[in-house]
Amino acid sequence: MKTNWLYGAAFAAAALVSSASAQAATKFEFWYGLSGDLSERVQEMCTRFNQAQTDFEIACVSQDNYDNNLQNTIAAFRANKQPTLTQIFDAGTLDLMLSGAYMSLGELMAAGGYTLNSENYLRGIRSYFSTSKGELLSLPFNNSTAVIYYNTDALTKAGVAAIPATWEDVEDAARKLKAAGYACPVAFDPSGVWQWFEQFSAVHNQPIASKGNGYGGLDAEYVLNKTKFVDQLTWYKKMFDEGLFVHKSKAAGETPNDAFVNGNCQITSSSIADHGSFTKQAKPEVKWTVAMLPVWAGTDRKNSFVGGASIWALKGKSAEEYKGAAAFFNFLATPEQAEHWSTITGYVPVTMAGFEAMKAKGFYDNAPYKGREVAIESLTYGEATENTQGIRLGNYVTMRKEIGNAMADVMFNNVPVQQALDTAVANGNALLRKFEKTYQGAQLP
Amino acid sequence: MERRAYYRNKLLPWLLIAPQLLLVLVFFYWPTAQALYWAFTLEQPWGGGNAFVGFDNFTAIFSDSRYWGTVLRSAFYAVVATGLSMAMALTLALFVDRGLKGTKLFQSVFVWPYAIAAPAAGVAFRFMFSPQAGLIGTINQVWPGIWDPSTVGWQALLMVIVAHAWLGIGYNFVFFLAALQMIPRSVIEAGAMDGARPFRRMLDLQLPLIAPTTFFLLIMNLISSFTDSFGLIDTLTEGGPNDATVVMVYKIYFDGFKGLDYSGAAAQSIVLMLLVISLTFIQFKWVEKKIHYA
Repeated sequence: MKTNWLYGAAFAAAALVSSASAQAATKFEFWYGLSGDLSERVQEMCTRFNQAQTDFEIACVSQDNYDNNLQNTIAAFRANKQPTLTQIFDAGTLDLMLSGAYMSLGELMAAGGYTLNSENYLRGIRSYFSTSKGELLSLPFNNSTAVIYYNTDALTKAGVAAIPATWEDVEDAARKLKAAGYACPVAFDPSGVWQWFEQFSAVHNQPIASKGNGYGGLDAEYVLNKTKFVDQLTWYKKMFDEGLFVHKSKAAGETPNDAFVNGNCQITSSSIADHGSFTKQAKPEVKWTVAMLPVWAGTDRKNSFVGGASIWALKGKSAEEYKGAAAFFNFLATPEQAEHWSTITGYVPVTMAGFEAMKAKGFYDNAPYKGREVAIESLTYGEATENTQGIRLGNYVTMRKEIGNAMADVMFNNVPVQQALDTAVANGNALLRKFEKTYQGAQLP
Repeated sequence: MERRAYYRNKLLPWLLIAPQLLLVLVFFYWPTAQALYWAFTLEQPWGGGNAFVGFDNFTAIFSDSRYWGTVLRSAFYAVVATGLSMAMALTLALFVDRGLKGTKLFQSVFVWPYAIAAPAAGVAFRFMFSPQAGLIGTINQVWPGIWDPSTVGWQALLMVIVAHAWLGIGYNFVFFLAALQMIPRSVIEAGAMDGARPFRRMLDLQLPLIAPTTFFLLIMNLISSFTDSFGLIDTLTEGGPNDATVVMVYKIYFDGFKGLDYSGAAAQSIVLMLLVISLTFIQFKWVEKKIHYA
């Protein structure tokens, strides 16, 4: 009895202490644009951080998707109610860079008493979120790149001996698949501008716009209507007309990814981040593998672009909150956390050290993680050029839609390729000029 | 002599309407003023600053042929959706008004579509009209490739218009039925005694007598087609394929929220607002004065 009472007192005291420390903990918010399974993974991560130390308490708030998160963060910032940290996707980076609404990564880490060696980050990831002078402004968080997925059983049945490595191979495989009775060899959605256009341009070292895709200044102009992409789109059209590329989209009733995991389409191009969900969703009879994006034979291959988002610290918060944010960043950068995050989500490990550690442990040797290493290979392939460091173009979200429209026009309305791309470029340049005017006098950092 | 109530206290009436006035100011005039301000400047999305550019934003949208395409598409959408919806609702109301079997049931059933939120209806219609999996898609098994709103623009537009018209039937039906039932029975009976068949009575008696309601509904439907189409389009087509279902309000959403072009979206909002104001103006000044019956 007496011991029970003692226990009770000890518990009460412990509860008091812990609630006191909870009160002392500095709270700060992190808004992110992921939902469903990925959102739960972020929440787990936040709980781990809160349990790992007592000085800070992070509240992680899902805003459903990247667009909503960007809109809500902007609205909150304008009303001076912004979170300390927010997750901004690749195409939303430039506006934030020019806004001056952020606290740079270096500054934040210094405020928290940490040092962060940005050289650790994979080259392609670093350059995408860095200034033109090479300063990393935000923390790369959930990053991916485009890859291509093949249904290996279907390829074998159609008599395709090796996994295609070039577009010539893909065309050949598609024909054989068609001949073997597969109605949909390759799933294609013209709104997949990221994998079918941007990544093609990067790995083939083709510019999207002048001045190193905008890194050299706000006066860049689109040049994508004069690159190899013209031939590529012509080829997409030919494949589409022959029924080798089949249109799949949400509006059509089945997305390319769904068509692939259901075994309805045999080849699809998508993000490496889908590797995990493909593993979960693929029907048992669907055996598949993943490879780097194909290139045309004889191409001097370059690295692909990074996709996904990075975490930004916003201005206007207290020094204590910034210390908390820095501690959180430091927590994310620990090898264990980086590995854990990459394992459970399918996003790539963002640092070279993280990748090497995972490789050394044999992470990539066996299913279900086997194959994910091709993303790293793709992101680090060859010498970087000014066409492969990233895209820094104003209002690029709208331009993505313009290019998607151009592809759809070619596919569905038989508009000549050159004409469709010229239109997209004319519209895109108008967007760029308006953007330049909006930020008149601003210097690209 | 006209009798009017006067307040001795000059302040009291203002205090009494203050809550309402405040609501209107905060939720209507303030955002409108903000939009007006943005429409004449180039606004940086993160609020870093802006520059006055006069009518540049307006000349930019008016010189863009695709903007005019959007305007024409919106007008087409409004006219066809309004026509379809009102014609269907009127037909249903006429039959229910005739007191056929099951009238009581239909009176309430026909209102139901109005209670369904546009995005929910959009999702339902997407499944029904889906070319590869949906109910309407089965037509493709008979004639392959004949129905595909995911690639054929006019089919996508048709799909959205039909969905919009369907949603509006309930609202129109209630007004039409109420108007029809307001007509004194004696007028109809007199017509019947003169030997007019139901169709003749509809043309010569009922339709002219419910004209004020019809015009009211016409304006309300047109306005709703311009402003309420967003929820449907966003769930059904997201403006695609290839912008074939981008109407004015959807373009405002995309340019403003996705493209972060706040100024361009604000200028378009002002244009849309003027359009709706002019429709309302017609409703108040012209229709209500000119349409009357003895």
